[in-house]
Amino acid sequence: MKLVWQSKWTLWAGLAVAVIAVVLAPLLLNDFRLALLAKYLCYAMVAVGIGLAWGQGGMLTLGQGLFFGLGGYIMAMHMKLADAKGGVPDFMSLYGTGEVPIWWEPFRSPGVTLVAIVAVPALAALILGWAVFTRGVRGAYFAILSQALVYAFALLLVNQQQTTGGTNGLNGFKGFFGLALSDPANKRMLYFIAAGVLVAMVIATRALMRSRFGELLIAVRDQENRVRFLGYDPAWTKVFAYVIAAVFAGIGGALFVPIVGIISPANVGVTPSILFLAGVVIGGRTTLLGPVLGTIGLRFVETQLSETYPAFWTYFQGALFILVICFLPQGMASIGTWLKWLRRRREVTA
Amino acid sequence: MSAAAVERIAHDYLEVRGLVVDFDGFHAVDGVDLTVTKGDLRFLIGPNGAGKTTIIDAITGLTKATGSAVFGVELLGMATHRIVRAGVGRTFQTASVIEDLTVLQNLDIAAGMRRRRLTLLRARKSTPPEVTAALETIGLAEHADKRAGTLAHGQKQWLEIGMLLVQDARLLLLDEPVAGMSAEERQQTGELLQHIAQTRTIVVVEHDMEFLRSFADSVTVLHQGKVIAEGSVAEVQADPKVIEVYLGPSETFAPAAERPPKERPKVTGPSRPVATAPEKFRPPRKITPPTGGADA
Ligand SMILES: Nc1ncnc2c1ncn2[C@@H]1O[C@H](COP(=O)(O)OP(=O)(O)O)[C@@H](O)[C@H]1O
Ligand SMILES: [Mg+2]
Repeated sequence: MKLVWQSKWTLWAGLAVAVIAVVLAPLLLNDFRLALLAKYLCYAMVAVGIGLAWGQGGMLTLGQGLFFGLGGYIMAMHMKLADAKGGVPDFMSLYGTGEVPIWWEPFRSPGVTLVAIVAVPALAALILGWAVFTRGVRGAYFAILSQALVYAFALLLVNQQQTTGGTNGLNGFKGFFGLALSDPANKRMLYFIAAGVLVAMVIATRALMRSRFGELLIAVRDQENRVRFLGYDPAWTKVFAYVIAAVFAGIGGALFVPIVGIISPANVGVTPSILFLAGVVIGGRTTLLGPVLGTIGLRFVETQLSETYPAFWTYFQGALFILVICFLPQGMASIGTWLKWLRRRREVTA
Repeated sequence: MSAAAVERIAHDYLEVRGLVVDFDGFHAVDGVDLTVTKGDLRFLIGPNGAGKTTIIDAITGLTKATGSAVFGVELLGMATHRIVRAGVGRTFQTASVIEDLTVLQNLDIAAGMRRRRLTLLRARKSTPPEVTAALETIGLAEHADKRAGTLAHGQKQWLEIGMLLVQDARLLLLDEPVAGMSAEERQQTGELLQHIAQTRTIVVVEHDMEFLRSFADSVTVLHQGKVIAEGSVAEVQADPKVIEVYLGPSETFAPAAERPPKERPKVTGPSRPVATAPEKFRPPRKITPPTGGADA
């Protein structure tokens, strides 16, 4: 199997293309389209983490909505409190007791918020991963558990309307760390932040995949029990990759909030968690850039199709999914290898 | 190697006492005592199903067992990766290297268990000296960058032995290391094992009698989970019990010149089908998790 991230040349070429695309996009797209692209970039952050945990580490992470939601809601709470300028967020006076619950208070501080966006998903993944992987829960069982957790999380959010905004979620934000969100220049800046963060995540993931840890992770994915006989506890290898994936998802969720202007249970539940995986499947889970390109491409097509033929989109997505799984199990990123194989076969038969 | 390490190895020995492995009432290993010292290349033989692999599984924490198995520390009840860190290494009946990684990467991971955790996050800059040495020893230097999955069967077995060397295992438990090898490869492997046995404690499970006669220092014979004989090759092959239950009439245990008369030795009691060639054709045993996991 050829690994996309293996040569230095592809890294620099990829980076150059990425930088050009990032810089060109604001020139070519109107503000509305640019905001959409920025949203896709947030989803792509989740996808990079899934590529690491699932593609490289074999953990079928079907519950990344949990971490996306943790990051998103933490950011949203901060923005709500900041909008209220030391007072009570609007929806709380409408539906709640008119008092800020005690567990919201820490998020008044921008510093605490930024730390929590990384630390809370990381801690959640650490505890969860420890509990699950040291007990040898794997494969479909892990996937089902992830889905159940994310379902429970969405349910909890819905049921706590006074403090989480319930089904409506948190929305109607005015500012982002002191910047007015109504200003298009600030919106454009958010796009650049998202692009920069995504590129940093891709570079960090590349370094991880090439490190000894990356090799160990492949070994754990392919022969978990064999790795024990090399003196490693495979559980901790998995937990580490899982925590990284959770942090990426949390950051993606946090940036999603100012870019899209809302976070609600509909963004973090079972269906969005499956959709996070879809882009990775289509792009190619074992490659570095496959998850990013697959996610952006899929979300782009989603927007296009659901604008013109809203009913058709679901079928299209299902069909694409089946096609990719049947014919390109390594995702679109393997199309090159596949074509090469076809050509070689033709040469042989000719 | 440091003087302290040499000293430590000099006192290495494996001491198994009263080892019992119970599979739902069936004692696959039934009260085995086994002492193996450094420098004594010990062969463990016995018919198919005698419990040889199960003994190794028990010592390495793959299968639950009672009794005791001491190699510096009591191994029974320890987690597999800790047993390995205590200096115990094993190979599997069906070579199990990490197929998607290269030969070099396999060895590097095996060498890495004592590396500090954080150093794992860096890429390998150069080949560690112990890995280079192992590549030479197992004769795979020119295949270093080949995917391990593409190696021939014998080369995979060598790679596994190489992995034990770089992980600096002081007790090596080898489950049929020469199965499927050519005569020449067997010879090379045997010489390699003799060399390794000078500084490490080795137990070799083997079926090939030619190989056993050429390289064993001592032999333990297992039958239905029990040790029925132990001693030098000559002692064991003269033992009537061994001839009776294990070797059977047609086995060519003795060298051709001193092969016993062709007549069948008397078999008393209900006879159990004795071991013959099929051992090689047993379906490969899957590595199962040591603790009850909920895996599919
Ligand atoms: N996991 C298991 N559950 C039940 N019985 C087993 C299991 N593993 C091995 N056995 C049985 O234990 C006996 C010893 O097997 P094994 O140690 O593989 O023999 P050997 O390696 O000497 O050929 C055999 O009868 C085998 O069928
Ligand atoms: Mg066996």
